[in-house]
Amino acid sequence: MFDNLTEKFDTVFKKLRGRGRLSEENIKDALREVRLVLLEADVNFRVVKDFIAAVRDRALGQDVLKSLTPAQQVIKIVREELARLMGEGEANALDLAARPPVPVMLCGLQGAGKTTTCGKLALSLRRQKRNPLLVPADIYRPAAIEQLKTVGRQINVEVFDSQPGQDPVKICEAARAYAELNGFDTLILDTAGRLHIDSELMQELVRIRDSLEPREILFVADAMTGQDAVNVAESFNQVLDISGVILTKLDGDARGGAALSIRAVTGKPIKLVGMGEKLDALEVFHPDRMAQRILGM
Amino acid sequence: SGRARVDDDLLEELEEVLITADLGMQTTRQLVDAVEERLGRSEAADPQLVRQVLKQEMISRLAAVDSPLDLEQARPMVIMVVGVNGVGKTTTIGKLARLWTSRGKKVVLGAGDTFRAAAAEQLAIWGERAGVDVIRHAEGADPGAVAFDAARAAVARKADILLLDTAGRLHTKANLMEELKKIRRILEREIPGAPHETLLVLDATTGQNALIQARLFKEAVEVNGLVLTKLDGTARGGIIVAIANDLGLPVRFVGIGEGADDLRPFDPEMFVRALFE
Ligand SMILES: Nc1nc2c(ncn2[C@@H]2O[C@H](COP(=O)(O)OP(=O)(O)OP(=O)(O)O)[C@@H](O)[C@H]2O)c(=O)[nH]1
Ligand SMILES: Nc1nc2c(ncn2[C@@H]2O[C@H](COP(=O)(O)OP(=O)(O)OP(=O)(O)O)[C@@H](O)[C@H]2O)c(=O)[nH]1
Ligand SMILES: [K+]
Ligand SMILES: [Mg+2]
Ligand SMILES: [Mg+2]
Repeated sequence: MFDNLTEKFDTVFKKLRGRGRLSEENIKDALREVRLVLLEADVNFRVVKDFIAAVRDRALGQDVLKSLTPAQQVIKIVREELARLMGEGEANALDLAARPPVPVMLCGLQGAGKTTTCGKLALSLRRQKRNPLLVPADIYRPAAIEQLKTVGRQINVEVFDSQPGQDPVKICEAARAYAELNGFDTLILDTAGRLHIDSELMQELVRIRDSLEPREILFVADAMTGQDAVNVAESFNQVLDISGVILTKLDGDARGGAALSIRAVTGKPIKLVGMGEKLDALEVFHPDRMAQRILGM
Repeated sequence: SGRARVDDDLLEELEEVLITADLGMQTTRQLVDAVEERLGRSEAADPQLVRQVLKQEMISRLAAVDSPLDLEQARPMVIMVVGVNGVGKTTTIGKLARLWTSRGKKVVLGAGDTFRAAAAEQLAIWGERAGVDVIRHAEGADPGAVAFDAARAAVARKADILLLDTAGRLHTKANLMEELKKIRRILEREIPGAPHETLLVLDATTGQNALIQARLFKEAVEVNGLVLTKLDGTARGGIIVAIANDLGLPVRFVGIGEGADDLRPFDPEMFVRALFE
């Protein structure tokens, strides 16, 4: 696809050989190809529009027009601009610097990968010599609590004992008290999947946040998400003021344009990525790699 | 040429609607081309008309492949449910069990997901809700063995329908796709003609990747119908237009919530109307 893009650019620019300077129109032609690539990668329509405008400005402001290799030049700008938008150079480590037990809340749409990621996070923290407690606060999905308990058993991390009949806020509060008494330094809160337009359930998350004051509020998103990613991420961020994003299921072949969309509308860093179903398949996020992936490079 | 052209502003507006609904650029272009093909030059300048013809084009593409699931074709009618992780397979099986039980069918469920934590427990709860038997093995067991037992049980218990759940898997994982083929062969060996229906579950929030999912699952296990879940959110699921176009796969049902009754037959007209809302 990268070669594709280069080829397409070359064709666009070749037409102009011998006709003197490139015009603004030629840059536009090249950027039309970029637009296509981004839309095919599921970057949101509006986000693409803004991105293309930014790249156009930068390209026109430089001497791309006089360059001997205009295709490479434009691609370089596209890549850099994309990596910058993805958070290149910004800190994206989890921040757990607070008085223990430090609550970390995961939230997101149904089936995004929250429960699995809670397990991954617990395992990763354990390896960093922390002592996490998993907290099942999903009382809605059939067997959600049992799922987290099974995950906990697999990695040998304790799961707070809760029942489907209890209020999720109460579960989290009781878990905090339990953690204080029993020397756990981190609380990983597994909340139920919910739609961003379900105001009652969104308010439940607000109540958990207000009571527990999580150090990290992580929005978990499926890398295969399409255009709707902006609506969902924007709502979760507006309601909860999330602290970061975890992108799951990046082990597939989805181009992952949702990453760019989410980043663009929330301005919040993508902190971690899920690379598989196994509980050790959690990695740090690399903005430059993501940029290349979105471009199909 | 004398060909009709939709003007740039309207084109951009329509592109935004269609792309934002996840139809993808290629399908969007095809549709606009088809509209321009059908309209005269002056007609193409009429936004109302253009929109109307565009909707018709989409409806006709979906309607052309639309067909309801025929439950009478075999007994037991064996339905295998497949798809990538977290799309709503298990939940859809629970809803279908409830729907068909309420219509007097005897349904048996097979817990073919032995991998994901508590997947069988989840299905068992759905089975209880619908009042149907669930055939399950221990976590980590061979899903082929579950398929075998479920097929046997469906026959022995004179079930009308066997619904087999499978673990979510990405279409890119060759070994996991092989496992699905094996499950298919086991069903076929036990019940001639089975599985009579292989349902691919797609999540409406998924973007262009759903087309690749459909292509690869169809290649691997002869998918013949789709279920589009999570249409109760703000995602439109427009990728099914591309799938209808390219692969001819009908949408059998849509999921509109997490409850047992949140399942509807697919209605192309309603679906297309919702794209423009
Ligand atoms: N391939 C792959 N699968 C994943 C990844 N993360 C999670 N999954 C799978 O995605 C599916 C859904 O994961 P869950 O952890 O149950 O998702 P959830 O967000 O807790 O779901 P709800 O609680 O129902 O909202 C499961 O099959 C997981 O194994 C990942 O990074 N890669
Ligand atoms: N809003 C909404 N949620 C749904 C719908 N269908 C399923 N879900 C939710 O999506 C999540 C995942 O559903 P599952 O049925 O576990 O999905 P699955 O495909 O079996 O997942 P794996 O077995 O892990 O691959 C659960 O929280 C369901 O309640 C739907 O139509 N609308
Ligand atoms: K999903
Ligand atoms: Mg969960
Ligand atoms: Mg399942």
